[in-house]
Amino acid sequence: MPDPLLSVENLRTYFYTDAGIARAVDGVSFNIGAGETVGLVGESGCGKSVTALSILRLIGSPGRIEPDSRLMFEGRDLLRLSEGEMRRVRGNRIAMIFQEPMTALNPVFTVGDQIAEVSRVHEKKGRKVAWNRAVEMLELVGIPAPAERAREYPHQLSGGMRQRIVIAMALMMKPALVIADEPTTALDVTIQAQILELLGDLQQKFGTSILLITHDMGVVAETASRVIVMYGGEIVESAPVDRIFANPHHPYTEGLLGAMPKVGQERERLQTIPGTVPPPTNWPAGCRFHDRCRYSWERTERAHPPLYEIETGHLSRCFLAEEPQRRAQPHEPMVAQS
Amino acid sequence: MFVEWLRGLAAGVRRLDSVSRAALVILGALFLAAMLAPVIAPYSQSHQIDIVGMKNHAPSLAHPFGTDRFSRDVLSRVLYGARISLTVATLAVLVSAIIGTLYGLTAATLGGVVDTVLMRLLDAMLSIPRVLLLIAILALWSPVPLWMLVLLLGITGWFGVSRLVRAEALSVREREFVVAARSLGAGAGRIMLRHLLPNVLVPVIVTTTLGIGNVIVLEAGLSFIGIGAREPAASLGTMFQDGTEAFAGTWWAALFPGVVMVTTVLCFNILGDALRASLDPRHLHRARVGTGTAPLHTAE
Repeated sequence: MPDPLLSVENLRTYFYTDAGIARAVDGVSFNIGAGETVGLVGESGCGKSVTALSILRLIGSPGRIEPDSRLMFEGRDLLRLSEGEMRRVRGNRIAMIFQEPMTALNPVFTVGDQIAEVSRVHEKKGRKVAWNRAVEMLELVGIPAPAERAREYPHQLSGGMRQRIVIAMALMMKPALVIADEPTTALDVTIQAQILELLGDLQQKFGTSILLITHDMGVVAETASRVIVMYGGEIVESAPVDRIFANPHHPYTEGLLGAMPKVGQERERLQTIPGTVPPPTNWPAGCRFHDRCRYSWERTERAHPPLYEIETGHLSRCFLAEEPQRRAQPHEPMVAQS
Repeated sequence: MFVEWLRGLAAGVRRLDSVSRAALVILGALFLAAMLAPVIAPYSQSHQIDIVGMKNHAPSLAHPFGTDRFSRDVLSRVLYGARISLTVATLAVLVSAIIGTLYGLTAATLGGVVDTVLMRLLDAMLSIPRVLLLIAILALWSPVPLWMLVLLLGITGWFGVSRLVRAEALSVREREFVVAARSLGAGAGRIMLRHLLPNVLVPVIVTTTLGIGNVIVLEAGLSFIGIGAREPAASLGTMFQDGTEAFAGTWWAALFPGVVMVTTVLCFNILGDALRASLDPRHLHRARVGTGTAPLHTAE
């Protein structure tokens, strides 16, 4: 197997707050291959976005990426780069797409100007060239009358249009990796599909890898080839997308899938996962999910499960891998009882 | 590049109510009259018409504001005085706005230790009473040239602005487009000037407007105790001080400069408050939410 494009090794991002050390990302390792789309899934507060920002080294004080973490990208460890070298990676080799197209654009500049800015930062070919490139990008992301649109301001455009602008900004330099943090969450469902399709098209065209962060299993099913599920700052399950849907192993993944509406099934109440993600300053001892888990038993409260390889390429951080018979006896989770 | 921003400013001005529009018009007229003083004033500011025959004349058609005890035309002197007071105050406030904005932006952009050091330094400077400091400096160096007075008033008046700018910039910095710009490779300078600055200018404009009134009063106060602008160059404060020496007999020598000064300050304050309300998107938002005509976060 060739070297992956990005190899995250034991990434730990801690926030040193007055309330204690928040271990937002706590020992996460995964790879992204060239041209691959990987879905990163989990609830709010489980460490997805911090993982994304860590890859771009955009974690500000009081947050810190712990020194033994490694982020191997195109043969270099991003964590060993100087700030200047890192700036040449951002937007150029790795770009990010944000959730809110409303707030991800500066309200006081035209959209053309903002797309052109990316070229002006990285290519330094002058205002005129940058502007023309911006107009080309607008055309590429499917915006009609790009030359006119380029002169408009963010508030003059619809949400879907704005998200296309954000995508144009991210893809301007044809980066090797795009991190998309909930790119469709703020959009209407019909627009969501268009944006995902656009992302897929551009990925084909440029051979870009995508790390797609979402809490929407439906989006993952449509776009990703591999899924990583995070909980409590850790990876709890990782598998090819069809395996996750056909045969989820971790109870948390099961819960996420149960909370997803399915077309063509008997109408029934969606399942929920009781409780919420605990604060990252205070992960539960043992398995971090045990208090919300339907199968937890005495061992899960005591010991922290490692990642088990269920089958080739399918990892799960659950003792059910050793004691599968426990799955036959679900019970009320601890949080639901209290 | 700032077209939209200027358009916003223009729209903000258009949203002003009639009182603040009136203030704007009065200020415009005052500025015009003051700047054109050499052209429109009947006499020069120090011209003594007739030391014996023309001193302390009450307002008349020939001298609408009367003459002072040195037989100088008070109207002419008010025009020249307004010219100096307005120029000094406006330039001083501009100096404050520029220093304060850069200082606050630097602190907010760089953050961390730099921010802490800059802000503690600011606290230290804020603990020095501005008026006493100015009195001390001017008492030692007086008379100072006007440009020096401008600089002194400017560099002792930016603390509030920089606090405001820093606070505003800190909140703008957390907005997604700034993180987005960083994620696309923008450096600190670009973030500061392109992404933070245009988005913190509104509060700067408001405080600057309010600040002009303050500085006019401050300058008048310094002139009143004899250490501001010096005779024969009149500022409104000097004239007021001069006029009060014999207020009972020649009230016009103090009243007219006083009225002009109070009017100017009042207009600046009205305008500043109105701009705060009409330019601040949060105020705007609150007003619209209040009337229930627009939902939160409309995309318009």
